[in-house]
Amino acid sequence: MATAVELQNVVKSYGNLQVIHGVNLTIDPGEFTVFVGPSGCGKSTLLRMIAGLEAISDGDLLIDGERMNAVTPSERGIAMVFQSYALYPHMSVYKNLAFGLETARLPRAEIAKRVQRAAEILQIEPLLNRKPKQLSGGQRQRVAIGRAIVREPKIFLFDEPLSNLDAELRVQMRVEIAKLQQRLGNTTIYVTHDQVEAMTMADKIVVLRDGRIEQVGAPLDLYNHPRNLFVAGFIGSPKMNFLQISAAGIEADADITGSAAGGGRDVPMTLGIRPEHISIDPDTGAALGSLKVVLVESLGGQTVVYATAANGQTITVVLDGQVAVGETLEAFFDPAKAHLFAADGNVVAGARLPHIITLV
Amino acid sequence: MDITASDPAARTNRRAATGELSRGFGSRERYGYLFLAPWFIGFFGLSVGPMIWSFYLSFTNFDLLTDPKWVGASNYIRMFTTDPKFMTSMRVTLFFVVLSVPLKLIAALTVALLLNRGMKGLPIYRALFYLPSLLGASVAIAILWRQIFAGNGLVNKFLALFGIAGPSWISNPSYSLWTLIILSVWQFGSPMIIFLAGLRQIPADVYEAASLDGAGRWRQFIKITLPLLSPVVFFNAIIQTIEAFKNFTPAFIISGGTGNPINSTLFYTLYLYQEAFGFFRMGYASALAWVLLALVAIFTAFAFLTAKYWVHYD
Repeated sequence: MATAVELQNVVKSYGNLQVIHGVNLTIDPGEFTVFVGPSGCGKSTLLRMIAGLEAISDGDLLIDGERMNAVTPSERGIAMVFQSYALYPHMSVYKNLAFGLETARLPRAEIAKRVQRAAEILQIEPLLNRKPKQLSGGQRQRVAIGRAIVREPKIFLFDEPLSNLDAELRVQMRVEIAKLQQRLGNTTIYVTHDQVEAMTMADKIVVLRDGRIEQVGAPLDLYNHPRNLFVAGFIGSPKMNFLQISAAGIEADADITGSAAGGGRDVPMTLGIRPEHISIDPDTGAALGSLKVVLVESLGGQTVVYATAANGQTITVVLDGQVAVGETLEAFFDPAKAHLFAADGNVVAGARLPHIITLV
Repeated sequence: MDITASDPAARTNRRAATGELSRGFGSRERYGYLFLAPWFIGFFGLSVGPMIWSFYLSFTNFDLLTDPKWVGASNYIRMFTTDPKFMTSMRVTLFFVVLSVPLKLIAALTVALLLNRGMKGLPIYRALFYLPSLLGASVAIAILWRQIFAGNGLVNKFLALFGIAGPSWISNPSYSLWTLIILSVWQFGSPMIIFLAGLRQIPADVYEAASLDGAGRWRQFIKITLPLLSPVVFFNAIIQTIEAFKNFTPAFIISGGTGNPINSTLFYTLYLYQEAFGFFRMGYASALAWVLLALVAIFTAFAFLTAKYWVHYD
């Protein structure tokens, strides 16, 4: 039976410096939740507070409805995989896996059984007698995960587990961790600064910035409906284009200026269009004007184009096929897939854009 | 004219000049040896030469005044068969080594662990604890120590506050060696600094992983700290053992060079000194020195042999 985690107004302060500002979050049983955000956003701190490695300054941590603030890390029913793996360097792989079970004074036969099973799952059986220094980065990663599995925890915590691996291995381990989680069905919290990891692995993404939650939702939810400029810019690659436009001609269900003054039609607004939603097909919808290609990244089937708009702003476009530097493109976009943000950075719901956009 | 590296003409001239020299005399090598000379002279003149000389002397009788007389291995034979003071001094030294080294290492590690907990004013405490290591082997401290543990010394004055009449610690054969052991343990600063450096090397996340694995402080110490610190323990143990075997100044000062009371502080080195400079038996003293060297070598070799069972290198 999987386990729920709940954060209620959780605060972390170091002396007078507050780094987590009252986080509220519910993680459903069996859910794969990813904390994502730039360096220093507090995602690792939050994870460590759940693990019990950092004290919770204020607010409550509930695991299966039980308050865990004062419970020691080993009694919270969690297991954690560290960024550095944190393997015990002087112990064999077997001993690394067995250490927690030996500490818990499990019978020797039971320890052997569990270690064997974890080793099978992670395909590290031939490595059991080796020391960590004799392992490659990927193998160490597996041992670190194995050490988490053997404890049969209710919750897995991962703190940027793939950031020390090379690109190819990272993709491979990403898939394996996701499969493992599906197979074991444990509630999992995974911290990363890599939005691609977040998008590909998560059931639920929690975007953090400066110790606050910016948005919580399923990956495509965040991609399709970012709540503000930060989330819009953080989720998706290449990054969403932000164009300064005039509010004139825009209609919306609500006050589009996002300011209490309201009504003003000349306030600057930001139009967000993802590079993959810009095309050179006039049937796409609204016109974006002429773009002059200044740089291309040819990926073969697709080309990432960096082009300059009429107002001098650089716009990123992902196009099928191949494009040359110096070409001029007539660009169009689908207004339904564009996002309009008010001056305060929050998205304007239900905005209807005019057919021709004026960049400012 | 000022010759600088940026002046091409000067550079060419200089290169030509040195080229000529090196062709003629191998001057580059010669300059190298010239700079090494102080070390060479010191090493061969003050270490290797005297060692070879003393090895030769150990097979002779030599009183500094007449020529050495070759006596074969009789110095060594006498030592192990008919010299009770040799056995006494060996016993005193071994007792001192076996007790002072572990006690000193335990003191050093304990304080290092306390200091490693990230307290305020760490540099000050570190310096204060290190100070005795710098002062400890000096004559002044040994004299001070003698006063502290004397019949009317500081220790007894303190005990008198509680109505306890303490003995004269340094002139009582039951305690005299212990005062020297305490003096040695008090100088735990230098192994402490090395332990502290070793503790700093252990990554914090390994302890975090251990605490998630349910290991409490004691189990973390036994299962994580000690094994990961074992290379440092090994190093400190060997260095301190060698130091303890060589212990001389405090023993000399506190007993006034006699090793008394009733030879209870007759350290091996002190006995060696008496034989050499008290009785001018240089041949016998040389033999004693070589036996000490062999003993230290055996201890060290033994430590290295056992190392693979308890020293963990990453």
